Amino acid sequence: MQSYLEISKVGIEFNTESGNFRALQNVNLKVEKGEFISLIGHSGCGKSTVLNILAGLYQATEGGVILDGKEVNAPSPDRAVVFQNHALLPWLTVYENVELGVKQVFKGLKSKTEMADWIHHNLDLVHITHAMHKRPHEISGGMKQRVGIARCLAMQPKVLLMDEPFGALDALTRAHLQDSVMEIHARLGTTVVMITHDVDEAVLLSDRIVMMSNGPAATIGEILPVTLPRPRDRLALAEDSDFVHARQQVLQFLYDKHKFPGAKAA
Amino acid sequence: MHSIISRYAFIKREQAWRFEWSDIPGGMAIAKALRAWSLAAAGILVFLLLWQATANNINTSLGQFPGPVQVWTQIQNLTDEYGREQERRTDFYARQEVRNVQLLAQDPNADVRVRPYTGRPTFIDQIQTSLMTVAFGFFIAMLIAIPLGILCGLSESLYNAVNPIIQLFKPVSPLAWLPLVTMVVSALYVSESPMFEKSFITSAITVALCCLWPTVINTTVGVASVDKDLINVSRVICLPTHMHIRKIVLPSAIPLIFTGMRLSLATGWMVLIAAEMLAQNPGLGKFIWDEFQNGSSDSLGRIMVAVLVIGFIGLILDKLMLTLQRRVSWDKQTVLR
Repeated sequence: MQSYLEISKVGIEFNTESGNFRALQNVNLKVEKGEFISLIGHSGCGKSTVLNILAGLYQATEGGVILDGKEVNAPSPDRAVVFQNHALLPWLTVYENVELGVKQVFKGLKSKTEMADWIHHNLDLVHITHAMHKRPHEISGGMKQRVGIARCLAMQPKVLLMDEPFGALDALTRAHLQDSVMEIHARLGTTVVMITHDVDEAVLLSDRIVMMSNGPAATIGEILPVTLPRPRDRLALAEDSDFVHARQQVLQFLYDKHKFPGAKAA
Repeated sequence: MHSIISRYAFIKREQAWRFEWSDIPGGMAIAKALRAWSLAAAGILVFLLLWQATANNINTSLGQFPGPVQVWTQIQNLTDEYGREQERRTDFYARQEVRNVQLLAQDPNADVRVRPYTGRPTFIDQIQTSLMTVAFGFFIAMLIAIPLGILCGLSESLYNAVNPIIQLFKPVSPLAWLPLVTMVVSALYVSESPMFEKSFITSAITVALCCLWPTVINTTVGVASVDKDLINVSRVICLPTHMHIRKIVLPSAIPLIFTGMRLSLATGWMVLIAAEMLAQNPGLGKFIWDEFQNGSSDSLGRIMVAVLVIGFIGLILDKLMLTLQRRVSWDKQTVLR
């Protein structure tokens, strides 16, 4: 039985000036449709590389990725990426930023008014409709990231890839956005692969947490299923024993079994 | 005690009476602008005084070096000359008109012609010619430079192929090109009723050859340094190449493209004067050369007028480019200098 998204035996080598650098080795992961997966690990462990391979932005040196029965070998709106620093086009308004992708994906499939409705619907989904005629520099960091999410959702991706989407935000804004993402995930049933280095975030949002060992030649260390019932409420969970236990396990993996490589030297 | 109170009252009255810029709306901005303007005026005044003082002490075989006063006289002379020439021109055409009407009255089938006026080009005419030439040359150069720069920025292979050629031709002086351009234009530009004069084409091409490079180089850099994330966005959305260029590459490269264009236009304007001088093409350069050969006591003054006008036009051209950049650029907030 094949899974919706399958990463099999993926390894990648980069040609650098000081010779070849093996970033990933033998990465295997199966993701079911509608699952929320978090990739967690120390910085430099190759989380982003995995995501880039999933996006098709990098080509795996060996192994491969199969999504919905098709091999992944180039970027596509099927696998939309939410970038860490939003990557909105500063010369376009919020609306136009979302429109750019929609026009490309639904060319010939939707009429002009259908597209406009669809863009409005997606802006609404991330609660940003009030700012749709503003330019990115006129809105806050959290709002920019919301637009980034809307741009991806509007392309109706099979998998939503998120590269540390809330890493650059303050704690309160981050909590708001996490709630929004949970709400959207519950409503649309989107399959999500998210990179994070925030343990609480990983436990709160994920169905499974994929913990990666340190590079070079990083690979998947452990996979922790999070069975907390949804919808999840951050306040109620703060003292929930299952939540605390899951959190404990991730911390143990990160700081006990796989210490940050820089920590030894320090 | 009494005296202290009265003195205090006096100070109070004085303060109430004194004008403060901050009291009126926008006052601080006005005050700042006034300060900048008065400093500029002071700078110019000092310069004029120094200039006059120095000029008084320099004697050449064509008389004293022109100071501001002589230059001012020559400015008046040159505008008067233009006015007189315009009058002569209208008179000339009026006379023809009258003669033709008379001819037609005598014989309705008479062969009537209007002969073009062939007076000496005045200073103002030469300015116009120079402006036309630099505009045309610059336009040709941009037509080549911007697309070439975009291609070089997009493809590193093309850049590596083209770069040595750019580096080789970039430092070449316009005067080195001039004889070659002149000969090529005379050999190739042959037509019964030419739209442009040969000398015009020669100057324009020389200008174009020299102002290509800054734009090519800056456009290349601008296009090659588009934010990596934005390029990834474009890849994920699968934008076709022409959309990628229009929506992502051009907007982010605009500031550097304009930097290149401004450098190009400034180079072009400098090159043009030299080319006109050497090649005897009509324009400001030829005006200067003619005055120099003429060698009258007014010549130096008239040349100095041309020098100032050249500088002033260069300044205006740059301001025009800045205005254009402000209109085209998406980012209205950056301070442009």
